[in-house]
Amino acid sequence: MIKTDILIIGAGPTGLFTVFEAGLLKLKCHLIDALPQPGGQCSEIYPKKPIYDIPAYPEILAGDLTEKLLEQCKQFEPGFTLGERAETIEKQEDGTFIVTTSKSTKHQAPVVAIAGGLGSFEPRKPLIDNIADFEDKGVEYMIKEPEMYRDKKVVIAGGGDSALDWSIFLSDVASEVTLIHRRNEFRGHLDSVEKVQELKNLGKINLITPAEVTGIMGDDHVRAIVVTLEADEPKSFEIACDHFIPLFGLSPKLGPIADWGLEIEKNAIKVNNALDYQTNIPGIFAIGDVNTYPGKLKLILCGFHEATLMCQAAYQIINPGKKYVLKYTTVSGVDGFDGTRKEAPKQVVKAIE
Amino acid sequence: MKDITIKIIDREGVAHEVLAPTDMAMNLMEVVRSYELAPEGTIGICGGMAMCASCQCYILSNHELPEMQDDEDAMLAEAFYVKDNSRLGCQIRMTPELDGLEVELAPEV
Repeated sequence: MIKTDILIIGAGPTGLFTVFEAGLLKLKCHLIDALPQPGGQCSEIYPKKPIYDIPAYPEILAGDLTEKLLEQCKQFEPGFTLGERAETIEKQEDGTFIVTTSKSTKHQAPVVAIAGGLGSFEPRKPLIDNIADFEDKGVEYMIKEPEMYRDKKVVIAGGGDSALDWSIFLSDVASEVTLIHRRNEFRGHLDSVEKVQELKNLGKINLITPAEVTGIMGDDHVRAIVVTLEADEPKSFEIACDHFIPLFGLSPKLGPIADWGLEIEKNAIKVNNALDYQTNIPGIFAIGDVNTYPGKLKLILCGFHEATLMCQAAYQIINPGKKYVLKYTTVSGVDGFDGTRKEAPKQVVKAIE
Repeated sequence: MKDITIKIIDREGVAHEVLAPTDMAMNLMEVVRSYELAPEGTIGICGGMAMCASCQCYILSNHELPEMQDDEDAMLAEAFYVKDNSRLGCQIRMTPELDGLEVELAPEV
C-alpha cells in the first residue's frame, strides 16, 4: 500500500504543479498516470509544440514545460505510479480513500485530487470486425514487453512515430517485421523514416503501402492478417503472422473515473469553484481540464491556480483546526523534503566610511 | 465583418444551421464546440493542431476549401472512417467565402 497526503490522479502540468504547492504546506504527494511518463498531453501529444500563454514564458515547448515542472517540484519528492490507470476508489471508515489501479497497485490518502485532463489515454483501435476476439491473443495495441516478439512474425500498422520506431526496434528482435500504412508517406522524425527506408532496402522490414489491414485470421490466436492494397481495383491477400500490432495513436477517455459517483457534466467533473474545487464527494477534488464550473477555461494556467487553492483546502482536511497563513517563497524560502533549502540571499549590511 | 451561415450535421444525424463569425480566427472545429454540437471531450482533443482527428468531418457542399497541408493529410492517413471528402475541422478557418458550407461530423472514435 502506497500512503501519501494528497493522491493526484494525472501527472500532467496541473498535477505536477500541485506537488509544489502541496510541498510548501508540508504535504506529500503521489501521482498516478496511465501513460508511462509524466507530462500528460504535453508529453504524449505535442512535446515539440510551443505554448505562448504560460505566464512569464513568452514561448515554451510543451516538453520543456514538463521538464521545468518536474524540476520545480523535485525537492518535494513526489512518488509516481506510471503506466497504470486509476480504476476504483473506496472510502474507508477513517475518512481516507483507497485508489486501486489497473495493475492492482493500492494507494491510500486522506485527499484525492483528480487532475486527469480529458481522461486516460486509450489506444485507438482499428475498425476490424473481429479484432476484439484477438486482444491479448496476438493483437496488442501497445508494446509493453518487446521480448515476447522474439523470433516471431510481426505485423505493425500505422504511419506515425511509434509505428516507425517499433518497426525499427523489432527488426532486430522478431523473425519478420511487416509495416503496413495507408499512405506511402509517413509522418515521423526524419531519421526514423530514413532508418525504415534503409531497413526496407536491406530486406529487414517488409513495407506494404498504400494498404490497410482489413481482417484477422486465427482460432485461439492470430495466425494471419488480411491486407487490402489500395488501388483502383483493391486487391486483398493474407500474411501469416504471430502478432498484429496496430499503432494508431491514443485518445483520451474519462474512463473509470466516470463511475466514481462524481457529478459529471459535459464529460467533466463538477466542482465548487467559489471555494476550493472540491467535488460532490468531500475529500475528492478535481483540478485542471478535468473539471467544469460556470466560466471554466481549459488552460494550463487556470489549472495552476486551481491546484493552489485546492492545496489550502487539503491542508485543512489533513490538519483540522491547525493555524496557517500564506507565506511567500521569496520571504520564507523553500524547504524540500529531501533536506535541501532554497532561499533569497541575505541583504548585505555594510557601513560607508 | 459579417457572420456566415454553416450547416452542420451532428453525429446523431441532426442538421443545425449556425452563424459563425469570420473575424475571430475561428475554425470549423471551434464553431462546432461553441454551439456544443458534439460533447465536450469528444472533439478538438488536441486543441486544433491536426494531431488527433477528433474533429474529422465530411464536406458535403462544393465550396473551395483551404488546401490540405501535410500534417492534416498525414493525420487523416491514420484516422478511421476516412472518406474522399474528409477534412479536419480544425484546419478549416471561417472566411466569408465559406458562407453556406455544409458538413457532417465523422463518428467518434
